[in-house]
Amino acid sequence: MTPNRRWICGLAVVLSACSGAAREDAVPVAAEVARGTIATPTLDGVRKKNFVQCGVTTGVAGFSTPDAQGEWRGLDVDVCRAIAAAVLGDAKKVRFTPLTAAQRFTALQTGEVDVLSRITTITFQRDVQLGIEFPAINWYDGTTFIVRKSSKVKSVDDLSGATICLQPGTTNEVDVADYFRKHKLTFTPVVIERLEEGTNAYFAGRCDAFSQDQATLAALRARAPNPADHVVLPELISRGPYGPGVMPNDLRWMEIVRWSVYAMVNAEELGLTSSTIDRALESDDPDVRRFVGASDGFGPMLSLDAAWAYRIVKQVGNYAESVERNITPLGIERGVNRLWKDGGVMYVPPLR
Amino acid sequence: MISTQATPSVSIRSGLPGIAPRPRAARVRAFVWQALAVAVVAAIVAAIAFQAATNLRARGIASGFDFLDRAAGFEIARGPIEFSSRDTYARALLVGLFNTLRVSLLGIVLATTLGVALGVARLSNVWVVAAIARGYVEVMRNTPLLLQLLFWYSLWQALPAPREALNPLPGVFLCFRGLFLPSPIWQTGYPWISMERPVLAGFGFQGGASVSPEFAALLVGLTMYTSALIGEIVRGGVLAVDKGQSEAAAALGLSRIRILRLVVLPQALRVIIPPTASQFLNLVKNSTLAVAIGYPDLISITNTTLNQTGQAIEAIALAMAVYLVVSVSLSLGMNVYNTAILRRGGHTT
Repeated sequence: MTPNRRWICGLAVVLSACSGAAREDAVPVAAEVARGTIATPTLDGVRKKNFVQCGVTTGVAGFSTPDAQGEWRGLDVDVCRAIAAAVLGDAKKVRFTPLTAAQRFTALQTGEVDVLSRITTITFQRDVQLGIEFPAINWYDGTTFIVRKSSKVKSVDDLSGATICLQPGTTNEVDVADYFRKHKLTFTPVVIERLEEGTNAYFAGRCDAFSQDQATLAALRARAPNPADHVVLPELISRGPYGPGVMPNDLRWMEIVRWSVYAMVNAEELGLTSSTIDRALESDDPDVRRFVGASDGFGPMLSLDAAWAYRIVKQVGNYAESVERNITPLGIERGVNRLWKDGGVMYVPPLR
Repeated sequence: MISTQATPSVSIRSGLPGIAPRPRAARVRAFVWQALAVAVVAAIVAAIAFQAATNLRARGIASGFDFLDRAAGFEIARGPIEFSSRDTYARALLVGLFNTLRVSLLGIVLATTLGVALGVARLSNVWVVAAIARGYVEVMRNTPLLLQLLFWYSLWQALPAPREALNPLPGVFLCFRGLFLPSPIWQTGYPWISMERPVLAGFGFQGGASVSPEFAALLVGLTMYTSALIGEIVRGGVLAVDKGQSEAAAALGLSRIRILRLVVLPQALRVIIPPTASQFLNLVKNSTLAVAIGYPDLISITNTTLNQTGQAIEAIALAMAVYLVVSVSLSLGMNVYNTAILRRGGHTT
């Protein structure tokens, strides 16, 4: 894993020790943030309205979907709840804006949402050209296909000549075009904007395959009239790291989003769960003491109080709890999203 | 903002007779006011553009039309214009425009034909014919077009799979993947032309010509919806012709067909053409509902483009400009036709 260069600088900047390796204007800006003399429009706005406006999907089980009580649940939803717990003290102070793949970036750019937490693959174009910042990665996935068992398709190469349903504005749309060109295969795209309508078109037989990221397809398969008739192909034709997105006009907000995600993963690594975090308050472990805010005073450096990370774990849980609550029930393997020490690639910078 | 609504400026009479030219001072005053109005509008547009550009820069969002020359990276369902993912965004948008024009123009021709038939049928003396036409018009007019499109699209999905495809004529196959027809192939030797029949292979049919379910559903939906509206316009136009005219023609011994062709329709056309022109424009604009069923029209391609490039303002502005050009051209065409009809037809009552 290549650690995100910006976080190193971001943290160092707060400690006024950045070597100036990244953007030149970052040093004075961050220093002024720390002194409270520079604008933090998103953070101020969130505090003023007393809730976080969070952009999510129109319904993808496991990541963001309303349950029977109308309560939003999912791995991406938990990111929003963690931010609300850290900033506002209450994980319930979140309002959700369901967005299609095509709407999501405009909603963020226009300030309709404070944070976009919506199975969004981080790419060069989205980061650099759209001007969106992706402070952290909260799930690793990639493009694959769901096909009917009766079609006898065993691998992607068997799909030559197939009709494939796609969603506009997704990385899948370009991943499929790239893969088929590279391997000299042909296909006919059917591009339908809404995930539900695209899925229905596939189930109705309009397409031989529907292309999306693997975990999303596993969730969609569960919704099929007869899930056993469909298979999600095991091979991934691209890498798709997901992360929450924010606008770059509020550096402090970006850091809060980043460390809210990191706090959940750090908590798992430290063995802190929502049920054990209270006992951790009396711990002698320096890592744990820093985490719960008993020493070092990291909270105020982030414009938050000392107990911000404690509240995230207490109210939302650590990363493993979030995965087990949202992803595991769908029958999706945690796979590469296990911690590095368990053979996965989840490896985040430490809280120190 | 620029409005996408292009008002059809088809006039029934050109110029207002009997109004004397205004004095010079009044003309100057009118000119000054109009110039002022134009200046205010221009200033507002400029202010909006400046504000948008400043905000885009402040948020680090790329702007400009450079993206048009970049490789699109996505695929579009096969159509008359060749396209691959290595072609540019400009070409992708061109393919979208062509798809829009294809379905719109075909839709206009079919809707007009069906609409005229409906209008005449509603005036029929045969009760059953009039009642069926009326029922059709009411159903089409009173349900949302989007619902109708989804209905035709799902109806097509209910067709059999490629392997059990309906085969009404030799070489013609109908299944949920589309309609597959034999297509002519030109050859150098005798007999110069041969038919290539679609053959079941792999996931569906290969070879020959094909009509996709998306295109078919969109064409049927637009045609049926618009034909109902045109039918009503035709009926209104025919009723607007004084009854005495056809009675007089009948007294001269003309047949019913000739009365319609020589006396009623030439006069009715003046009433029919202007509102029909606006229905044509509506049909073109309604074709953007294609997005819902996955037909790659201009809006669908624009949608993908603005998502892949993130340049929403440019992409939407481009699409708006294109629809404006299409609508204004259509309007102009209908104006020319209308003027020709007026010149040819002499005077009405």
